[in-house]
Amino acid sequence: MNRKPDVDEAAVGRIFRAESGRSVSALIGWFGDIDVAEDAVQEAFAVAVRKWPQDGLPPNPGGWITTTARKRAIDRLRREARGRQLLGEAALLAAPDDPVEEDVDTVPDDRLRLMFTCCHPALSLEARVALTLRLLGGLSTAQVADAFLVSEPTMAQRLVRAKRKIKAARIPYRTPGPAELPDRLHAVLGVLYLLYNAGLAGRGQVDLCGEAIRLARVLAGLMPDEPEAAGLLALVLLVESRRAARTGPDGSFVPLGDQDRRRWDVALIDEGHEIVRACLRRDRPGPYQVQAAINAVHADAPTAEQTDWPQVLALYDHLLALAPTPVVALNRAVAVAEVHGPAAALALVDELDLPDYYAYHATRADLLRRLSRPEEAAAAYARAAAAAPTDAERIFLEQGGRGAR
Amino acid sequence: MRYMLSAYSREGQVREPVNEEQARESYARLGVVEREMAQAGAWVFSGRLHESDTATVVRYAGGEVLTTDGPFAETKDHLGGFYVVEAADLDAALGWAARVTECIGVPVEVRPFAAFADEPQA
Repeated sequence: MNRKPDVDEAAVGRIFRAESGRSVSALIGWFGDIDVAEDAVQEAFAVAVRKWPQDGLPPNPGGWITTTARKRAIDRLRREARGRQLLGEAALLAAPDDPVEEDVDTVPDDRLRLMFTCCHPALSLEARVALTLRLLGGLSTAQVADAFLVSEPTMAQRLVRAKRKIKAARIPYRTPGPAELPDRLHAVLGVLYLLYNAGLAGRGQVDLCGEAIRLARVLAGLMPDEPEAAGLLALVLLVESRRAARTGPDGSFVPLGDQDRRRWDVALIDEGHEIVRACLRRDRPGPYQVQAAINAVHADAPTAEQTDWPQVLALYDHLLALAPTPVVALNRAVAVAEVHGPAAALALVDELDLPDYYAYHATRADLLRRLSRPEEAAAAYARAAAAAPTDAERIFLEQGGRGAR
Repeated sequence: MRYMLSAYSREGQVREPVNEEQARESYARLGVVEREMAQAGAWVFSGRLHESDTATVVRYAGGEVLTTDGPFAETKDHLGGFYVVEAADLDAALGWAARVTECIGVPVEVRPFAAFADEPQA
């Protein structure tokens, strides 16, 4: 026996989290039932916690989890009448596969199908996010609840309801065909980006940013022909490269222009750049790719003053054409301020209708300050602070934006 | 799988198309969709209802049956018509619903049947 005392429960948990999405998705494919898959993988986890610290890691932990969970599921289904029926018909979800041989090397990677099911537009956005974290991210219900600041019973109920709808309405378990794919992929990308941004807002104990990046990597790997999947991955990598620099030593919020660029993560920037360049070569632009390109321009500047703002503005023009939303127009106005001055930018901002969006008031406040209109700026800072998503940003805005510098 | 496609119209709301020619055209397009439903084996049953002010509600209360005038639901949105379709999964049902709403211009709710009997049970 190759005893490996370094495999403690925390290590088992980490490995499990990384592998469970793949196991859950394979089991759903075989048994056509989300609950059966979820419970079986959970049971396999309990076995691993007991066995791995004693026996050491199996050579292929992912395969071990899937094989163990599959055996557990079959054992359990044989014991239950409903299960026997399920094994007989092997179908509650649409298009289940036949259970395959023992050979774990042939376990299909069904995570893409599972992503499209979890992010189906027939589910509410909050259900999509919760299902994605639970089933693909392998987070416990308690962890998902913590990430979204709701109680565990509330989150459990949300998950139960979503799974019931998938089953009752027969939301399919498959990658959509070419006609539906653009819309449906957009929904998946939207959930992952929402997860990343929830992580930036720093709610709860779970590293949602890391989770979003991990899933974005999986998606980009499984859809190599979809440049927007690559675009989302590049975008979150580049934003992530600056995450540490967003927070000062005292926990305060540091905006992009004031960040210590030595604290940016060069490895993440390089990886993001590489993907952006590949997207440019492919020349099938979309909103996520263009946002990634904008972030790549920022990452290129050794100092804030050396930022290529005309290039940023040109990219925002492109983005606004692809995604004509008020939020994009607001971000474009920030670039306009750098290229054409704050007065031109303020004229654009004042045309927007975003009364509840903190960044709208924060941007207006900054422009008013630069135009030497301090009373109006102070009022705008106050409105921005009242709507700020994090305490650090609220304090930053209460101090008049750059007051801390 | 069977699904109910319910077309909801808002009381008193005049919807496009406004003139008779447009109305005829939209019904013609709906006819095409319905024929395609039938050819695909998806069409089970469908119907269009009179305005909700023609509705009557009966309810059993306190040992007797009460009959009252008017629709049951106290909302402005009322069922105007429906399709019962056979579809492989929700995406297929949503596909038919999309075709229908394109023709008639009102929202269509898609709901799965829990069970469906073709004939009254013995």
